Amino acid sequence: MSLHDQDDPALRAAQEERLRAVWAPPKGLFLRWTDTNNNRVGVWYVLTAFGFMLFAGVLALIMRTQLAVPDNDLVGAGTFNQLFTLHGSMMMFLFAVPMFEAVSIILLPQLLGARDLPFPRLSAFGYWSFLIGGLFVSGSIFFNAAPDGGWFMYPPLTTRTDLSGLGADIWMLGLSFIEVSSVAAAVELIVGVLKCRPPGMRLNLMPLYAWYILVVAVMILFAFPPLIAGDILFEMERLLGWPFFDANRGGDPLLWQHLFWIFGHPEVYIIFLPSIALFAMLVPTFAQRHLLGYPWIVLAAVGTAFLSFGLWVHHMFTTGLPKISLAFFSAASEAVVIPTGVQIFVFLATLWAGRVTWSTPLLFATGSLAIFVIGGLTGVMVAVAPFDWQAHDSYFIVAHLHYVLIGGTLMPLFAGLYYYWPLVTGKKLSDRFGRTAFWMLFVGANLTFFPMHLSGLMGMPRRVFTYPAELGLGGLNLASTLGAWLFAAGVAVICMDICLSPRRAKAPRNPWNAGTLEWLAHPDDEDWGIRSVPLIESRYPIWDQPDFMKKVDEGRFFLPDAEEGRRETIVTTVLDARPLAVIRLATPSVKPMLTAIALGGVFILTTYHLFWAALVCGVATLVCALWWLWTGTAEIPEKPCKPIGHGLELPLYLSGPAAPGWWAMFITMMADATAFSGLVFGYFFFWTRHADFPPQAMADGPGVAWPMVALAVGVSGWLLTLGAREVHARGRVMMARSLLCLAILLSLAGIGAGLAGPWTSDMDPQAHSYPAIVWTLAIWASAHAGVGAIMQGYALARSFAGRMDPTHDADLRNVTLYMHFHALTAIVTYATIGLFPEVA
Amino acid sequence: MSERRKWHEGLRVTLWTLIVPPAIWAGHFLLSYLWAAISCAKAGRFATFPTLFVIGTALALTLIALSGWVAWVKARMPGDPPPHEESNEIDRLRFLAKSTLLLAGLSFVGVLFTALPVVFLRDCL
Repeated sequence: MSLHDQDDPALRAAQEERLRAVWAPPKGLFLRWTDTNNNRVGVWYVLTAFGFMLFAGVLALIMRTQLAVPDNDLVGAGTFNQLFTLHGSMMMFLFAVPMFEAVSIILLPQLLGARDLPFPRLSAFGYWSFLIGGLFVSGSIFFNAAPDGGWFMYPPLTTRTDLSGLGADIWMLGLSFIEVSSVAAAVELIVGVLKCRPPGMRLNLMPLYAWYILVVAVMILFAFPPLIAGDILFEMERLLGWPFFDANRGGDPLLWQHLFWIFGHPEVYIIFLPSIALFAMLVPTFAQRHLLGYPWIVLAAVGTAFLSFGLWVHHMFTTGLPKISLAFFSAASEAVVIPTGVQIFVFLATLWAGRVTWSTPLLFATGSLAIFVIGGLTGVMVAVAPFDWQAHDSYFIVAHLHYVLIGGTLMPLFAGLYYYWPLVTGKKLSDRFGRTAFWMLFVGANLTFFPMHLSGLMGMPRRVFTYPAELGLGGLNLASTLGAWLFAAGVAVICMDICLSPRRAKAPRNPWNAGTLEWLAHPDDEDWGIRSVPLIESRYPIWDQPDFMKKVDEGRFFLPDAEEGRRETIVTTVLDARPLAVIRLATPSVKPMLTAIALGGVFILTTYHLFWAALVCGVATLVCALWWLWTGTAEIPEKPCKPIGHGLELPLYLSGPAAPGWWAMFITMMADATAFSGLVFGYFFFWTRHADFPPQAMADGPGVAWPMVALAVGVSGWLLTLGAREVHARGRVMMARSLLCLAILLSLAGIGAGLAGPWTSDMDPQAHSYPAIVWTLAIWASAHAGVGAIMQGYALARSFAGRMDPTHDADLRNVTLYMHFHALTAIVTYATIGLFPEVA
Repeated sequence: MSERRKWHEGLRVTLWTLIVPPAIWAGHFLLSYLWAAISCAKAGRFATFPTLFVIGTALALTLIALSGWVAWVKARMPGDPPPHEESNEIDRLRFLAKSTLLLAGLSFVGVLFTALPVVFLRDCL
């Protein structure tokens, strides 16, 4: 299609008609919820997360009211414990993290000039998982069954079933389910940023929001899995009595603290960076100039991401670890100030160098930076171990973390709300309401949390439901409570502003005169995302590229049509965004929702010890997932290539490292491998905590022989799959099928061989942490062998069904990738449990 | 200068090389943590002149400096004048190289920070 063709208005109208038909949302009372388009799923996601935030905020208000005066009896100690636990857990797991995923699902395709993210059904699956898990966890408080062990759930209080009720299980299983949806979002966002950028948008032109999201999504892959590993050990102890955290039987509660905070500290940056990323978008707009120091922001994001993994022990300064260990983490905690400070200076410099428009979003942005800096400075204080020994578990910490999170997450999100509202709804929010709300929030936050520094230093411990008048803390606490109510009133003003929005007139297109791609969105929104996928030559194409909006709107760039009636977007190379292929995107479907419901059943039924019903749900989950994959992925296209305009013709099928699906498998397996390394860490952690590990009396299990057999079987299965891939690519399909059959047999044998070691040596996992961790590792590796067998069987079935051939072999390549990781898992597991006892 | 290409000219600058300096910091940090935790747990003390730690730190600093130097050379490849925000190969390369250089600086400081406690602390308690 040449430029000339697009001059014809009739052709353009016909193209638009086709695009509109292809991207039409499903209609009907139920079917509308099967939508997968990012503009709808993203909005549901945002609204749900916002609702959970309001709910958790109300819990905080009840707590503050209880603490307003000494010796108050509004709520009792038990309820208070549930309130603070649920407040913290919900704000973290049901608001901050999902909100960043939600905002990214809305914004990223727009920012990247893509029609949608590469796996729309995965986003929908993530949303439904989040909704089910979130309702389950938050609803528990109405049945007086909410978790009450604090948001970090320290054992042994929470693992002993005589000291804690169902709440602990609800926390573990409900939130594990939500962690699954976070990993799903990470897959979607990483592949989206790396593979779905428009042609010409090289890494140096990528919007900084996308840089931040890439970094944060990678952080999720390394931060969430240790918590998933911890959750597994935790539930094994609660449900089966395997003593990982019970010191009487060789366990150690500190292992949980390590696993939790290896997640918990990066988590702070996982929710801070995407919020600050909103500044990187709105600061250039309101300074009306390019952002200064683009590489410095990349330094800040990447540097913070790495350093944040070296901070976890600063939550454990008072646990009696060696001073030298504390000092390492103290040093890293001070070092992370550098990249954090750099990005603040970049924003200040950009504002200084530009012509600033003092809009409402910018007011929120600057106000939140001021609050964040105060939280950062107290962070520098508590990063010094001797100071932390004094302040630990006091209200000083409560003050610090709320300054950081309100300044670093909540207020930036409000800035983003005012900035991006016109993008989503086509209407502006009210400046008058916005500015009123801002000052209420700003004063309210300071009035609530500044006095807490003082009450903390005067000795008020956190998490107490009341305090005696003699302590002299009444005045400070009353001030905090008044501040909390003022803050809540500020949030109410924002809610009112939002509620009034439908009555207001539409704003003009690109109302802030921004320069980045997302502002191509039209106030009367179309569902196709972008009319044609542009060629990018600048970081701010709307400002810098002549007639940019007009050319996009008239379909003068790539892929202006949907001739075959399919949803499509362009896949490009990672570094230079050279066009690679056109991929067909998934259409609305009920499958993601059903899969989420089935998986939710597994977690929820396990909470109530209904193991057989949970198993049925597990099988249902597997069936749903296979059905989803079989019908919706790696489809062989009706023709090998299609033209996308300007004389370019792109393939319609990709396999191997160029394909989004391969990357999704790679990323998922990185998360899987990280969770596995959390379990291996547990094994060696026990070794450092005991003078004799394995204990003398148990040292003959699981022996050397069976683990070595399992290792050999695992590696052979991997080699056979690799061989199948190679001969298949050379066209020898029957040979490949035979090799796959053998590989399936070996995978099945791997399950037995893996479990045979601890089984034949009668290791009792309830007796001591050593047999418990050996069993856990063996089960992990065996389960992966089982999943391997299912995948190999799937590839075999695809081959027989004619859905996979030597030129369309994405399935087999993805299965081989899984087997690379499985081989690594088998080697590490069986070398550890089989050989380490010989040398320890 | 001779026609022969210098060894570092063949090196590519990618997303993977971008994370080399902070990954070295992470490796060094992990080594420090494990070394201290294991020697305190198993021996009850760490050696007063910890050879392993000194060698590890020197190696980490050298590797970071080396990757920073390669990035510095690459960031000065001739091309159009700054700011380097055009959609061409050389600007993309210079951007990645400059970011790598900045990360190398941060990682260098990070490793020095991690090494300092060993200078001041002598025991595990």
